[in-house]
Amino acid sequence: MSDGNGNLVQLTGKDFKSDQEVRWCPGCGDYAILNVIQGFMPELGLSRERIVFVSGIGCAARFPYYMQTYGMHSIHGRAPAIATGLAVTRPDLSVWVVTGDGDALSIGGNHLIHSLRRNVNLKILLFNNRIYGLTKGQYSPTSELGKVTKSTPMGSLDYPFNPLSIAIGAEASFVARAIDTDKKGLTEVLEAAARHRGSAFVEILQNCNIYNDGAFEYVREHKGNRIYLRGGEPIRFGADGEKGVVQNVDGSAAVVEVSEAGESALLVHDAGHREPSLAFALSRITFETDGAVPLGVFRSVERPVYDDLMSEQLEAARERSGEGDLEALLHSGDTWTVEAPG
Amino acid sequence: MAKSKPVEHLERVVIRFAGDSGDGMQLTGDRFTSETAVFGNDLATLPDFPAEIRAPAGSLPGVSGFQVHFADHDILTPGDQPSVLVAMNPAALKVNVADLAKGGTIIVNTDAFNERNLQKAGYESNPLTDGSLADLHVHEVALSSMTVEALKEVDGITSREAERSKNFFALGLMSWLYHRPAEGTLAFIESKFANRPEIAEANTKAFKAGWNYGETSEDFAVSYEIAPAKLEPGTYRQVSGNTALTYGLVAASKLSGLPLFLGAYPITPASDVLEQLAQLKQFGVRTFQAEDEIAASGAALGAAFGGALGVTTSAGPGIVLKSETVGLAVTLELPLVIVDVQRAGPSTGMPTKPEQADLLMVMFGRNSESPVPVVAASTPAGCFHAAIEAARIAIKYRTPVFLLSDAYLANGSEPWLIPDVSMLSDISTEFATAPNDDDGGFLPYKRDPETLARPWAIPGTPGLEHRIGGLEKENETGNVSYDPENHDLMVQLRAAKVAGIAADIPELEVDDPDGADALVLGWGSTYGAIGAAARRVRATGRKVATAHLRYLNPFPRNTGEVVGSYEKLLVPEMNLGQLRMLLRAEYLVDAAGYNKVRGRPFRAAELADAITALVDQ
Repeated sequence: MSDGNGNLVQLTGKDFKSDQEVRWCPGCGDYAILNVIQGFMPELGLSRERIVFVSGIGCAARFPYYMQTYGMHSIHGRAPAIATGLAVTRPDLSVWVVTGDGDALSIGGNHLIHSLRRNVNLKILLFNNRIYGLTKGQYSPTSELGKVTKSTPMGSLDYPFNPLSIAIGAEASFVARAIDTDKKGLTEVLEAAARHRGSAFVEILQNCNIYNDGAFEYVREHKGNRIYLRGGEPIRFGADGEKGVVQNVDGSAAVVEVSEAGESALLVHDAGHREPSLAFALSRITFETDGAVPLGVFRSVERPVYDDLMSEQLEAARERSGEGDLEALLHSGDTWTVEAPG
Repeated sequence: MAKSKPVEHLERVVIRFAGDSGDGMQLTGDRFTSETAVFGNDLATLPDFPAEIRAPAGSLPGVSGFQVHFADHDILTPGDQPSVLVAMNPAALKVNVADLAKGGTIIVNTDAFNERNLQKAGYESNPLTDGSLADLHVHEVALSSMTVEALKEVDGITSREAERSKNFFALGLMSWLYHRPAEGTLAFIESKFANRPEIAEANTKAFKAGWNYGETSEDFAVSYEIAPAKLEPGTYRQVSGNTALTYGLVAASKLSGLPLFLGAYPITPASDVLEQLAQLKQFGVRTFQAEDEIAASGAALGAAFGGALGVTTSAGPGIVLKSETVGLAVTLELPLVIVDVQRAGPSTGMPTKPEQADLLMVMFGRNSESPVPVVAASTPAGCFHAAIEAARIAIKYRTPVFLLSDAYLANGSEPWLIPDVSMLSDISTEFATAPNDDDGGFLPYKRDPETLARPWAIPGTPGLEHRIGGLEKENETGNVSYDPENHDLMVQLRAAKVAGIAADIPELEVDDPDGADALVLGWGSTYGAIGAAARRVRATGRKVATAHLRYLNPFPRNTGEVVGSYEKLLVPEMNLGQLRMLLRAEYLVDAAGYNKVRGRPFRAAELADAITALVDQ
């Protein structure tokens, strides 16, 4: 950024820390995410006033208070809608939405899918901890079936949402996943999301150490279960790359032993594939089904951006009719004149 | 088109066009109104149509009506009772005949009076032949068959299409009967059906055939002339409430220098505003048809955060969904205009019918202490200035503002003396651009001592980065605060800010030519009916004062003084007494109510009776 005198000023993560005391529970995964995002912000190459964080309600939604940017902590589930109004009227801004599994997928599910299908220029970060934290421990729309919580003493009856499957089903143009404590992986995903024009949806697996501790232990702690997706490369993982992903004839994807399936059988990752079905198949690979979790960019395609299209329509209208003339508008249609009595 | 028959002069006429919802009655009424406006009569209209787009043909629920009142003097309402009814079928006759004034005139399409249609309308015998219309002047016109006959030489249309031009035949006949200028309608047909020249030709021919039928048929012995009204000099147009409201929002955008952003979800009777603004992109207007009412208001608030004039439009069933956004706007202290085109409820109610029963909802329908200014339009054309006022207050005081209209104002129309754009007041504001704290920091809730408005610092302004949110804020800093004394202070400040707007709006004007003991106080679309009723009461030698509230929160500063200075106070409302409740609570006055909730505007006659009873008490 410039200091106003034309001198370039290099910002650091520290410049994005607000003066507010961070009030998440000690040990919360949100601290790690905040740290990574603050550290990443200088990479945007934008001065702080050009960046806006909008959130809904929930633990994650306190995020904007801790960022030395513009920010709004709004209402439950509505952040994508509010951010849409801001992004559409202010294409000069970099607008980020911070949300959680309850905020985005329960009360705000409608706004999430519609902002993704429109491809509004928003970066949506969903902190998924598979629990309601701020209300002290009820099950969330991503909690596993049968989960015993304060509101489900005999186990949850709700079949959970898979956030990435939802986003891909809504034909989001950019879909990715990262882990709160995986600084490198999260930073890479944030960089790719920031570069993407249009809606970018990022699920961040986040540990709630109070109400759902260890929910992602299988991938947070056990790195061998992480499947890093890299464009143009066969999908392999495990300590020695001994496992891989293949695509079945029915289109589904599955984890295999490379020694059994053979290297040539492995699926080569292509986030830019026109059809969302490939990314969708990868999103169905979960710890429950395959004992491993894909991470990184699932899908990244170019699609017309809602904000751009709207600006273009305004320009087209001006070219066709000239700049709006209020006087002429009020006199449009049939008019008649009453003369002063002479 | 010259006249050869005797001409009678009338002071005023009320005509109701009625037919199936697919018969084009709204278009016919609109055109007749345009001709009347251009001719120079004063006028008021009342479109009355079902919510169903095409209810079963010939059925009673499918009847669509359009009433127009026009006169050689200034008038205030669309008329209590039609003097002339144009009935396109038995159902239209059945639904409307009881409303007709004594000795009124009916023009019926006899072709539609077949056994099947009579049965559908619930007639056991044909009213045209059983003597039940004996007290009325009935003109039996074979509208359908004469239209088809007149169009038989038009190429490229089916006889079914030809029959559909019968509304233009009826329009032509009525235009002849009341000496309306035809040029506007002929030009309208040319442009409206430019893509289907054969339909344009058919409608033109049907219109002329109707006109000529009046001229030649012995059934119509005289025609009528209603001289132009003596209106204030200037250039006029006809305008409906929704169009005036649309123009008001565009004007507010120009006058404030803020780009207009509309978030809306289609809903009757507010959709016109979305549709009309969508056609005005050359004014920099962004319209966003959201996924729901909630997103519509949320997006408007997000746009306001970024420095736009954020507006969301809806009707009652949508406004309830916006409550949380309005509450957020109250605590964020950002400008937001929320337009409620009221309709009959509760719930879905009667979507196309007017009511005034959302007043207490917009006043109080949010959690906690959440004061919001309320502005109400009282005439269709008045929606223009009401929209500018709502925006002015929102921008100046950084607050959400409710603008109330209703289905009657929205669809009703009247002549409008087009305002001189250069005379409209500037409503611009200054964004914050510099730190406002002694130590060089920015305090987002440090208020203007006069207005109590907080600074509006939009993203993109260097050095003023700040966070706002729904959590309670510390005074001045805006930091999250749970301090009890601070919360009390913030609640008081938000209330004081809204209450203080009373100093910035006009006083309540009272019309009391004779020094009356009784005051009739109204708000919203009852303005015309109250005014017309008061004229009638005064004409009997009785004294009555009237006043009309255009601001409902805060009330104009002299309201207490006004209501306290009359012995008797009557508050007519199309609800069960919502303004009356507010007046009683605020001023401890013994206000009486006149309350009917029929989904129809008040008739001047019923209000005149109510006022007379009050005055004679």
